[in-house]
Amino acid sequence: MTNKMHIQLNVNGEAQEFLAEPRELLIYALRERLNITGPHVGCDTSHCGACTVTLNGKSVKSCTVFVAQANGADITTIEGIGTPDALHVLQESFREHHGLQCGFCTPGMITRAAKLLEENPTPTEEEVRFGMAGNICRCTGYQNIVKSILAAASEVNAAQEAAE
Amino acid sequence: MKDEVENREDRVANLKGMGCSRKRVEDARFTQGKGNYVDDVKLPGMLLGDFVRSPYGHARIKSIDTSAALALDGVIAVLTAEDLAPLNLHWMPTLAGDKQMVLADGKVLFQGQEVAFVVARDRYVAADAVELVEVDYEDLPVIVNPHESLQSDVVLREDLAGQTSGAHGPRKHHNHIFTWEVGDKDGTEQVMDSADVVVEQSMYYHRTHPCPLETCGSVASMDKVNGKLTVYGTFQAPHVVRTVASLLSGIEEHNIRVISPDIGGGFGNKVGVYPGYVCSIVASIVTGKPVKWVEDRMENLMSTAFARDYHMTGKISATKAGKITGLDCHVIADHGAFDACADPTKFPAGFMNICTGSYDIPVAHLTVDGVYTNKAPGGVSYRCSFRVTEAVYLIERMIEVLAIELNMDAAELRRINFIKKEQFPYTSALGWEYDSGDYHTAWDKALEAVDYAGLRAEQAERVAAFKRGETRSLMGIGLTFFTEIVGAGPVKNCDILGMGMFDSCEIRIHPTGSAIARLGTISQGQGHATTFAQILASEIGISADSITIEEGDTDTAPYGLGTYGSRSTPVAGAATAMAGRKIRAKAQMIAAYLLEVHDDDVEFDVDRFVVKGAPERFKTMTEIAYAAYNQAIPGLEPGLEAVSYYDPPNMTYPFGAYVCVMDIDVDTGVPDIRKFYALDDCGTRINPMIIEGQIHGGLTEALAVALGQEIAYDDMGNVKTGTLMDFFLPTAWEVPNYETDHTVTPSPHHPIGAKGVGESPHVGGVPCFSNAVQDAFRAFGNRHTNMPHDHWRIWKTANDLGLHG
Repeated sequence: MTNKMHIQLNVNGEAQEFLAEPRELLIYALRERLNITGPHVGCDTSHCGACTVTLNGKSVKSCTVFVAQANGADITTIEGIGTPDALHVLQESFREHHGLQCGFCTPGMITRAAKLLEENPTPTEEEVRFGMAGNICRCTGYQNIVKSILAAASEVNAAQEAAE
Repeated sequence: MKDEVENREDRVANLKGMGCSRKRVEDARFTQGKGNYVDDVKLPGMLLGDFVRSPYGHARIKSIDTSAALALDGVIAVLTAEDLAPLNLHWMPTLAGDKQMVLADGKVLFQGQEVAFVVARDRYVAADAVELVEVDYEDLPVIVNPHESLQSDVVLREDLAGQTSGAHGPRKHHNHIFTWEVGDKDGTEQVMDSADVVVEQSMYYHRTHPCPLETCGSVASMDKVNGKLTVYGTFQAPHVVRTVASLLSGIEEHNIRVISPDIGGGFGNKVGVYPGYVCSIVASIVTGKPVKWVEDRMENLMSTAFARDYHMTGKISATKAGKITGLDCHVIADHGAFDACADPTKFPAGFMNICTGSYDIPVAHLTVDGVYTNKAPGGVSYRCSFRVTEAVYLIERMIEVLAIELNMDAAELRRINFIKKEQFPYTSALGWEYDSGDYHTAWDKALEAVDYAGLRAEQAERVAAFKRGETRSLMGIGLTFFTEIVGAGPVKNCDILGMGMFDSCEIRIHPTGSAIARLGTISQGQGHATTFAQILASEIGISADSITIEEGDTDTAPYGLGTYGSRSTPVAGAATAMAGRKIRAKAQMIAAYLLEVHDDDVEFDVDRFVVKGAPERFKTMTEIAYAAYNQAIPGLEPGLEAVSYYDPPNMTYPFGAYVCVMDIDVDTGVPDIRKFYALDDCGTRINPMIIEGQIHGGLTEALAVALGQEIAYDDMGNVKTGTLMDFFLPTAWEVPNYETDHTVTPSPHHPIGAKGVGESPHVGGVPCFSNAVQDAFRAFGNRHTNMPHDHWRIWKTANDLGLHG
């Protein structure tokens, strides 16, 4: 298995280029080659969502995407979602509403929630619960995660209404 | 230095001390992907380790051929038991006084057991090499049932052949580990013989797994030049790991540094010492390079510590009026292939003897028999203090079964048997001294909050409608009143590997009035950096925002026994308060000197010492800290530091009252949780927001265990639930919203009255969910069915009761 492919990715707005075996998983390319350690490995079978990233505008579980499949893609991880000086509203909201405990699921959770709110800016509680069902949290029981996401949506919508 | 805030109310708010819902300081890094978990640790030249594991539940190893693996480009080493034997590291001691193979020594005893350890330049080469290791097995008869094991001629642990006694006394059979007996056998028998009513019920508390989202792992780095070994790992008890590593390796303890970085949930899974940790250390010593081992999810579920697997039989006696007169309990405890429970040494079945629960039961008796089988080792406490969930499940099911026998309301049966407020401190029939409680108040509050009478009326109507054929849905009302026993524990009776279960806190106040405190515990999501700073803020008058809390580095933190069994707040929290009081005592002397009055003439007020009767004359803690380092004070050393090692005089006994209301579709077996009300009393509340978060989480793990989560084996010893496809972890879709409530009954012996809360919701939640399912079928003759109540099993209960026509 020594045949390597030339891989180009755009990760969080930065161009990345490297040689990799086609069987290499995207999560390991991100974590071990590019030192982007926000996305985590929780299950290897795409159940837990700790590895969630946005790939070409869609939420994907990067533990079940080969880096070869991602060749040429635009990828956003938690590291590309906000900066220390300008946090994403969800990053603020998860802290405000105690939407995290051990923090291991949090990067995937917020990455997914950000995409969910893009897809549906005014979700109901049921829509949030359904839309987040691909991300497992072992600590919070989800109640405060759901609260954080709904609060973030309200905040964004209120700000938009005020602007209009 | 901050501007002085003069208004007293503002000063209190500025402190962010105990009782406020302070936002967590941990969250900034976690929400931005900047947590530092073991798998994020990357050291120069680091190699990756991976295990060859047994596909068999029980087999003899005839040969291991590593040559093809070693020939693969990028493979550095392949370790087998033969390589570890000269170092005497092919076996290791367990926390339960047994020993466990690090790598298979002649035979394998469970599927997934570690057989060889491959070390390679990256994870892909390591995985390829694992496939190239040729192991020749000869399969042996497999035993997965502990009852069968005790009858079988097959000797599972040949290494123990002929040993009629183990770490916990006599062994009755070659597959028997120990018998633990507590209480008054004859007295209980006598009471049962003459009782109005005696009910016996067997129940199986199934095997499950803590399954934190982050699996277990370690990175070991042996620096041969300086003779120092550094080990990063998922350790709930880093100091214990250092001591064990020293004893095993012969490296002096001062040359070992153990670091628990951020931990992605523990729930008991990360208390024990695993072969992977040992192998990464040995591999680093052998190769001279850092070696990382991180298990995948399947390895986690198959090999690192499981929980429960208790086959319990309860026998309870009562008067016709429902007053309980005695309890007898016997347990067959399946410990798997090695006894790797993580209990205090003197308690081989943990605190199972809290099984008299919240009730004033005059006489009781308990025996537990530990048994070997061809299953993974462990027996850890998954989100509960040692075996407390098993104990509470037993008594809360026995109460329900007794209520059925007496044709009584189960809420009323509980009420008439509760230990009364005035009986505390209360000594139970099985020897525990409950510190404080007010069960009747909590129970009444809970029943009123849910309109219990209304619920029962609705349920009766539903049963009638079901019988008339108007609905296919039944309604279950689950009740639970639990008492936890946490905060292990007093050194006089609690130790692990001989080390007393105290804990510690060391505080340094900096000259400008901020501080750092280090503790012997380690957070796995509980928010220690937030809450311990709150305790200190209230004790020493420095804002929590100006206090750094640090844990998990054995080179800097004082020795402690770690975080599990809800012990951090009861033990390390107490140490924190006591160390804070030492700081305050010295600060008082400094303040008195600066104010030119006698020590007794100043008093502490929020963030300062004031002259009694002259509140305008004061010194703030900031001023005092500065003076401690910059002013020569006669009779006082410079500096402002303190350390406390706290040996708790007793355990703490949090309690709670839970009610679950569930609608069950009789034809699909699908439960719909309509309401879950949880009232918790954890004594003094440090941070209500964090307490509530702990309760949501613990209840959800309880929901998982009660309604579907299990580690199941087939008769060949194959693990049937090795991935998250089969092992149930609830998602946001399955989990309800919880209503939380509280009463406050402080612990009388704890410096701040706090009792610990992280595990209460799990302990109370499991029987509450289970009781709800079983209660739905009570009107149709159900007495008891075993967990997990997944859809199929609920459907089968309905079917067995003839409800499918």
